[in-house]
Amino acid sequence: MDVPSILTAPEPLHETVPVVELRHVGIAFDGPPVLVDVSFTVAPGETRILLGPAGVGKSVLLKLINGLLLPDAGSVLLFGEEINSMTEEELFPIRARTGMVFQEGALFDSLTVRDNVAYQLIQNSRIPDEEIDARVLEALRFVGLEQTFLSYPASLSGGMRRRVAIARALINNPELLLYDSPTGGLDPITSTNIIELIVKQRDVHRTPSLLVTHRLQDAFTLCTHRFDPEKNAMTPLPRGVTDPNTTFLMLDEGRLIFNGSLHDLLHSADPFVREFLE
Amino acid sequence: MALNTIDRTARQLVLTVQDYSIFAWNALLNFFRPPIYWTDFLMQSDIIGVGSLSIVVLSGISTGGVLALQSAATLSAFGATAVTGQFVSLTMIRELGPVLTGVMVSGRNASSMASELGSMVVTEQIDAMRALGVDPLRKLVTPRIFASIAMLFFLTIVADACGIIGGGAVTVFMNHQNGTQYFNMAWEHLRGPDIIQGLIKPLFFGYILGSIGCFYGMRTTGGTQGVGRSTIQAVVISSVLIIFVDFLITHVLLTIFT
Repeated sequence: MDVPSILTAPEPLHETVPVVELRHVGIAFDGPPVLVDVSFTVAPGETRILLGPAGVGKSVLLKLINGLLLPDAGSVLLFGEEINSMTEEELFPIRARTGMVFQEGALFDSLTVRDNVAYQLIQNSRIPDEEIDARVLEALRFVGLEQTFLSYPASLSGGMRRRVAIARALINNPELLLYDSPTGGLDPITSTNIIELIVKQRDVHRTPSLLVTHRLQDAFTLCTHRFDPEKNAMTPLPRGVTDPNTTFLMLDEGRLIFNGSLHDLLHSADPFVREFLE
Repeated sequence: MALNTIDRTARQLVLTVQDYSIFAWNALLNFFRPPIYWTDFLMQSDIIGVGSLSIVVLSGISTGGVLALQSAATLSAFGATAVTGQFVSLTMIRELGPVLTGVMVSGRNASSMASELGSMVVTEQIDAMRALGVDPLRKLVTPRIFASIAMLFFLTIVADACGIIGGGAVTVFMNHQNGTQYFNMAWEHLRGPDIIQGLIKPLFFGYILGSIGCFYGMRTTGGTQGVGRSTIQAVVISSVLIIFVDFLITHVLLTIFT
């Protein structure tokens, strides 16, 4: 496990081929455009936090990256492949390489936690049941919910459902993780637990990710903490040190108005950014 | 302003018909291209077939009984009560069996499909399925449509049999006529084309109720209110389509068989 010590600042990654690249993306539904001319990249090992007020198009952006929606303008490149022109069938294997955590978890009500977490393995491969059980238990152990193996989603709390959703997104060792407001509507303690899991995944597996949130506290926690495997807990980085591979994006009225580090964000002169931070 | 509304509504209607045609065609093709989800097909067959059995038996018996009561009252004016059996069996097998079963099963299952899939859409479960690399059309829609077709075929046979038995019971116990004569007339005058007509229709009706139920479920928007709206649309449109398509099929089959 290659986790940097908490005593030193984490090293920035120098790989250049982006996992996700958006080029001048725009989309509209029945009405004014939701996204206009949005361009940014997610590099390998990088965690990008997409900030913005509710209803600004953050979730739409996440669905565009995964090919769940197609843009009206511009292009989306996922793992170097342009996905705009792909058919739904061509997209399935590419989507299978990503893990997505939906806003409310989006667990399948009629399936147990085991079947929810193992869904991708059960439907897309012929892995023996014993191996599936072992992998589900490993994923559930990662989120601290082994005891829910045979439970149904209806019997879980909101926070537990999000953690199961994270386990489901992780089971196939994804090459990209997309989190859609994973802490939305949760109490502060549960939110911190969820953020700790995201930090753990970031620091232990170095999976590139894009996290959508409108909660500044969660975003700052992600940037100023790292996972300590010895303590098996999230610990703060030394004062003034931030994770260089965790950077920010901000949307306002469908346009990308900020793209940079925490330092740049805190010193931005943009009036909307200032207002959002204050 | 009024012209604009008509224009918008007409365009919406054409787009809906286009979307439905593509959706129903792709769902149909999926049954001949792997992967085929047989477990889901069997589960849906159980829900649609076994689950609808009681309403089909009850409505079949009642309809056959009503037919026997009404026809005997009219036929007695011509001294022809002996043909009650023929009347009941032909009406049940050619028309009422398939149509009534189609409408009853549509009321129960098209609504259930629309509300179940609609709830999955608004809670992002369909998106989650797509994100996990599984095609919801193959996994959810195709098994439901083919289970509807297969089960409606057998349920129609059950409804036909129950209708004839119900008519027989009314003939014997309420009209006090000869049961042997009733069943003889019911059987003797049945011809191959009558049975073919009665068994071809449920195949179309099953396809209609399954595809309409799933179509409206999958295009649900607007939260829980939207689920309710989809459910109503699915039941109303599938029932009306079943009756309209029945007219078309009857016309075509009568042209072929006469």
